Amino acid sequence: MADVKIERKDSVMCAYVSGEIDHHSAAEIRETIDRALIAKDINLLTMDFGGVTFMDSSGVGLILGRYKLLSALGGRLVIQGTPPSVNRMLKLAGITKIIEFKGETADETC
Amino acid sequence: MKPVNYVKFTFLSRSINESFARGAIAAFAAQLDPTVEQLADIKTAVSEAVTNCIVHAYPADVGQIQITAAVYENERLVITITDKGVGIADVEAARQPMFTTGGAERAGLGFAVMESFMDNVKVRSKLGKGTRVTLIKQLHMREHTSRPLFCAA
Repeated sequence: MADVKIERKDSVMCAYVSGEIDHHSAAEIRETIDRALIAKDINLLTMDFGGVTFMDSSGVGLILGRYKLLSALGGRLVIQGTPPSVNRMLKLAGITKIIEFKGETADETC
Repeated sequence: MKPVNYVKFTFLSRSINESFARGAIAAFAAQLDPTVEQLADIKTAVSEAVTNCIVHAYPADVGQIQITAAVYENERLVITITDKGVGIADVEAARQPMFTTGGAERAGLGFAVMESFMDNVKVRSKLGKGTRVTLIKQLHMREHTSRPLFCAA
């Protein structure tokens, strides 16, 4: 199944998602991220998908939902480390045009 | 045409079964020697169809979902996902990308993903009776495969 590890430094937060993202696991990932987001004053959330082995369109909903939440809080969302299978899903969804997308390069900010 | 091989199973519309359903179909499809990408396509399409049953067919209760998968001699994989849920009022509208009745966390991409990742998608639905989604994928014999695909045994 899926797992998410949270790292926070000041107002920057990273969520490292791994395993399989589907409708079932997306709900748990969402709750973990949102709880951490709301507890602290976060203005940059990076979601790292480097450990994701499967993602259906529930992952798109997960990203769009966090994008809307961050926008409402006056923050930014960046996604990174997406494997090819996840990239296919994101391109199909047209989501790369909406949110900041770092492709497969790992980010050093976290 | 009769299938060369066939499986059928039924499970409850609990979200924890999404991974079981796509994993079982992936294990069955492995006999066709699909590429890694084809297998990912099949798993994703099944996951979308099963999620639709859980979220939309049985919105307020738990019901049964039946899956069949058949392989044919021409290396065609045919999967059906059937529920006895509420049905879809307008199938054509439901198949449009971004159409969703599932709330803010649903992307409305289920059918678009199925259509993109499979060769053919059929949807039959009756209000109050349920929905059957048929997913078809044509797999091709890979050049390095020297053994016959189906042995007499």
